[in-house]
Amino acid sequence: MSVRRPLPRWADIVLLPAINLAMAFLISGMVVLMIGENPLEAVQVILYGAFGYGDGVGYTLYYATNFVFAGLAFAIAAHAGLFNIGGNGQAYVAGLGAILVGLALDQTHWLIVMPLAMLAAGAVGGFWALIPGYLQAKRGSHVVITTIMFNFIAAALMVYMVNRVLKPNNTMAPESETLDVMGRVPQLREFIPYFGYSPVNLTIVVAVAFLVLAYILIWHTKLGYQLRTLGQNPVASKYAGMSNSRLIMIAMTLSGACAGMIAINEVMGVQHRLVLDFVADAGFVGIAVALIGRNHPIGIGLAAILFGALYQGGQELQFVIPAVTREMIEVIQALIILFTGAMEGLFRPALERGFVLLSLEQKAEATARATVDSES
Amino acid sequence: MDIDLILSMANATMRLATPLLLAALAGLYSERSGIFDIGLEGKMLASAFAAATVAAVTGNVWLGLFAGVIVSILTTMLQGFASITLKGNQMIAGVAVTMLAIGMTTFLGQTWFRQGGRTPQLSGDARFAPIELPFARELADVPVIGALYSDILSGHYILVYVAFLAVPVTAYVLYRTRFGLRLRAVGENPKAVDTAGISVTLQRYQAIFITGILAGLSGAYFSIAQGAGFGNEMTAGKGYVALAALIFSKWRPVPVMFTCLLFGFLDALQIRMQNVELPLVGQVPVQLVQALPYILTVVLLAGFIGKAVGPKAGGVPYVKER
Repeated sequence: MSVRRPLPRWADIVLLPAINLAMAFLISGMVVLMIGENPLEAVQVILYGAFGYGDGVGYTLYYATNFVFAGLAFAIAAHAGLFNIGGNGQAYVAGLGAILVGLALDQTHWLIVMPLAMLAAGAVGGFWALIPGYLQAKRGSHVVITTIMFNFIAAALMVYMVNRVLKPNNTMAPESETLDVMGRVPQLREFIPYFGYSPVNLTIVVAVAFLVLAYILIWHTKLGYQLRTLGQNPVASKYAGMSNSRLIMIAMTLSGACAGMIAINEVMGVQHRLVLDFVADAGFVGIAVALIGRNHPIGIGLAAILFGALYQGGQELQFVIPAVTREMIEVIQALIILFTGAMEGLFRPALERGFVLLSLEQKAEATARATVDSES
Repeated sequence: MDIDLILSMANATMRLATPLLLAALAGLYSERSGIFDIGLEGKMLASAFAAATVAAVTGNVWLGLFAGVIVSILTTMLQGFASITLKGNQMIAGVAVTMLAIGMTTFLGQTWFRQGGRTPQLSGDARFAPIELPFARELADVPVIGALYSDILSGHYILVYVAFLAVPVTAYVLYRTRFGLRLRAVGENPKAVDTAGISVTLQRYQAIFITGILAGLSGAYFSIAQGAGFGNEMTAGKGYVALAALIFSKWRPVPVMFTCLLFGFLDALQIRMQNVELPLVGQVPVQLVQALPYILTVVLLAGFIGKAVGPKAGGVPYVKER
């Protein structure tokens, strides 16, 4: 057995993800080459589309807002050792909470509507995650399987709710009534004309606040310490007198509530009504975001912007290079999940060995120098 | 309730249960060997696309089927490499493989055929035709047996018969052969298998190889038998229904068949119930019937009706002692 030592911290949180990210982009580039297009041109188009002008930046930030919530949702559960794959469903049903509060109060003022809608969306999303959490904690059903099932149950439930309950009689389209202007979460372009027609709205401030709050929660509170202990070693947390089942349920509820904030961005800030499938798989992007961001709020914030840029740039891509459609972005996303999540073991051992060799060499040099010094 | 309705429902149930059955049996081999597989959907999708593409280009349905199976095996091996050799997280590997399949199939479909992600319409030899079983026509007029044999059992695609034949074969392999014993053992107690001098890694790769074949057949069924060509995300979550069926039947081959028939029936019912008013209850929400397989699985998982306990070593990469 060769000598192995954990990586230095910087290599663990910067170098390794960078290598994995580079691999994902490299393979995606090869796919683009394979169909006879220039990957460098594609990169250029994506970058311009995402950051080149006001609308682009706005759209990038709008997508990033969703991805921050989805990433945090996955990360909070992951810190407690839970694999919450149900962010999508949790965000979807949270739309119910948001729209019901919104439609009831939209004659008042968004300053009243927004916090109440957040509470409602968080409660509904949290509840949708609490059930799998309860089943894991008390009945031992695997949370991965139950959250997958709950995604599909959520989809069926929402189709029913939108078509049979929320749809006004005078419309054909499957959507709820539209919110009054007073109750909508303001879009940033109302104050900053730079953002053009992009839908980025004040929810992005909530997203930033959530990043900070998540950092404090996970690393600077008793609850966060307990959640991490559970995640690292459930036996230890149990012997230390913590209630594992209580912690599992709390972690899932917080995770689902976090995913529920996607509904605020989409329903209250962009669509202004409840439409089918408004989450658009943001929950799954959250998995990639959390993995590449190493479940740390700073990493998640950066990764969310990266994916926001990919999604927005990807839209641009198909106008400029018709052969490269926006599905290319899904391929990149899948490869990122594959390399940083499932195949992390591909480069880590080599990297660890490299660092061991490096440190041995340095030590040898130091001893050599010391011997020379003592002899002279 | 007339007899024709019952016959057509029974027929539809068999047709709709087939891809579920193939996929669920695929998952059975993998999960029984200790590899959780939430990537069934991805393999099916990749296979459906490859099968339709090759069938469209060559005009030969068998080449299409072969291509679908090969692509499914390759996808499975990628997932296996991550979960077995690299000892990565099996759940994440499954998610990644599914996403990769969704992205790649739509992307390549659009690039190659430029029909909004669809592959060209298949006809003639490029698509499976229903098979009429021997004497089906002669027996059609015999009461009961005629209806059963000629109207329900006869007239399906070959993959339907393959799927139902795979059930006894799987049961035999799993419970009556050395390979099956070892396969179940690596899923329950890999350390014991290792101590006996058998390679856990090899055993698991063999298991997921079969998974790849069966998932490939399941995917191909969508695009070159039931459908005539590939459409975006055409497997429509059926991989997850199959996963649910596998869990619902507690990872056992014969119950898997009955569960898939039940879920297939629910699917047929759901199609038939669109906009139908029933006496007393009124219009039953179709969505409830659609969600029923998932709800039933959750209820079972929760232990309210029996208890589903998976293979003990499932989801855990095997690490030899250092």
